[in-house]
Amino acid sequence: MHAAPSLVFFTTLSGLGLGLLTWLGIDPTPPTGWVALVFFALGHGLTLAGLGASALHLRRPERALKAFTQWRTSWLSREAWASAAALGVMGLHGLLLMLGVVVLPLGWLGAALALVTVGTTSMIYAQLRTVPRWHHWTTPALFLWLSLTGGALLAGRAGVALGMLPLAGALQLYTWWDGDGRFARAGTSLETATGLENASRPLFPPHTGSNYVMREMAGTVARRHVTKLRAIALFLMAILPVALPLPLPHVLGVLALVSHVAGVLVSRWLFFAEAEHVVSLYYGRR
Amino acid sequence: MTALPDHTDRKLGLVIDLDTCVGCHACVVSCKGWNTQSQDSPLSDQDPYGADPTGTFLNRVHSFEVTPEQGPPQLVHFPRSCLHCEDAPCVAVCPTGASYKRTEDGIVLVNESDCIGCGLCAWACPYGAREMDAAEGVMKKCTLCVDRIYNDNLPEEDRTPACVRTCPSNARHFGDLGDPESEVSQLVAERGGMDLMPEQGTKPVNKYLPPRPRDAWEGETDVLAPYLEPVAEEPRGLLGWIDRTLGKL
Repeated sequence: MHAAPSLVFFTTLSGLGLGLLTWLGIDPTPPTGWVALVFFALGHGLTLAGLGASALHLRRPERALKAFTQWRTSWLSREAWASAAALGVMGLHGLLLMLGVVVLPLGWLGAALALVTVGTTSMIYAQLRTVPRWHHWTTPALFLWLSLTGGALLAGRAGVALGMLPLAGALQLYTWWDGDGRFARAGTSLETATGLENASRPLFPPHTGSNYVMREMAGTVARRHVTKLRAIALFLMAILPVALPLPLPHVLGVLALVSHVAGVLVSRWLFFAEAEHVVSLYYGRR
Repeated sequence: MTALPDHTDRKLGLVIDLDTCVGCHACVVSCKGWNTQSQDSPLSDQDPYGADPTGTFLNRVHSFEVTPEQGPPQLVHFPRSCLHCEDAPCVAVCPTGASYKRTEDGIVLVNESDCIGCGLCAWACPYGAREMDAAEGVMKKCTLCVDRIYNDNLPEEDRTPACVRTCPSNARHFGDLGDPESEVSQLVAERGGMDLMPEQGTKPVNKYLPPRPRDAWEGETDVLAPYLEPVAEEPRGLLGWIDRTLGKL
């Protein structure tokens, strides 16, 4: 699949922002006043920056509001509702905290909505049977876990984050390991795609140039560096932040956060770049 | 609107004969020709006369090699377009309701004025049937020439999809696949029509007819063929000596 930068940044940034908002929502002693302003502005800013990046992915962004209509059937539409609700509730929670009013149940509701938003984002990918690597429980699991881990780092909950990071690494490794064989296990081959027994290879393509389907779904990007990129992602995402000495003073905390987010960006790029769509069989370009 | 109908009154679709398709791409050209002028916006091309031409097409013809266990390899031409699936995954993922499947005849269509160009429907389709138009920024797909098949202004013989009307080898057939008595359904039953990627669970309406069995290497040799047998199976003379010497090394 084509790894559109807009989607890589959208899922990473909004995941981070919503993770922070989740931790703020369940905080029994939430920050108030100016500290609350900073934290909530950060959470909302990251989430909105992510959503803005995703709007860049639309070819007709001026009609984006129509995406709220099909929540009964479409995960993308559900994501629109969930993100609006999460940002609305957490915005109110943050506003009240700035004024010194603590309404904890409002925070719980906002936290739940933030998690639901990350879940709907991941389901946009996990629902696609056409991409066997994504069509699996590990997609929502990894999206949610990385969102919570990054959010914990950002919220300054170093202890929680240190506990979550190794599991994030383990989950990421399992996702790669299991995902590598999933296309073969899905049972789609050139033979089922054409219905032709003993179909051996595409002989002539339909045209000599490129097309949308090939660019979007049948691309073969830099897969030869996959092992190196996986190592970089894992190191930055889960190993380096844990290796930094405890207790984390602010500078090291920022370093751990930057390293983690950079790792998640690489991992998310691989999530798209490594995904193989069944239509690529027609072009012999898996 | 993006909920799939429980059932459709008819199942209009195509039956494509992989036995008789000659790979001439006439269906590709006629499809592009009709649909570039009949839809809300044209099927645009980018850099059409330049070094890297690309464009939107609703129908593309691949050619695959089949290597049977017995007999010579075969070349099979393979037109690929929207299959108007009963469980169309492209429809359910649409966030705006632009994609829909009609209850009356099962045709899957895109309402261009509602399309935000997110591209998710193209990801959900296993068959690569949807293409985003680079100029218009909306998703394009086969309409089964909905503006021809019901068009009373056209002569009756033209009220079929443009690809079917133009096919010179009669490899494309159009009809109601929900009616077991229809000509297309009979054809599918007779020739063992098949679904593409049945494991994807899309229940395609369009069917493909497999190539008929071909000639084999054995059994039909010409009476003069024995005279064409290779004369020397084993090399002799200098070549034979080299062969034997190398064999001993």
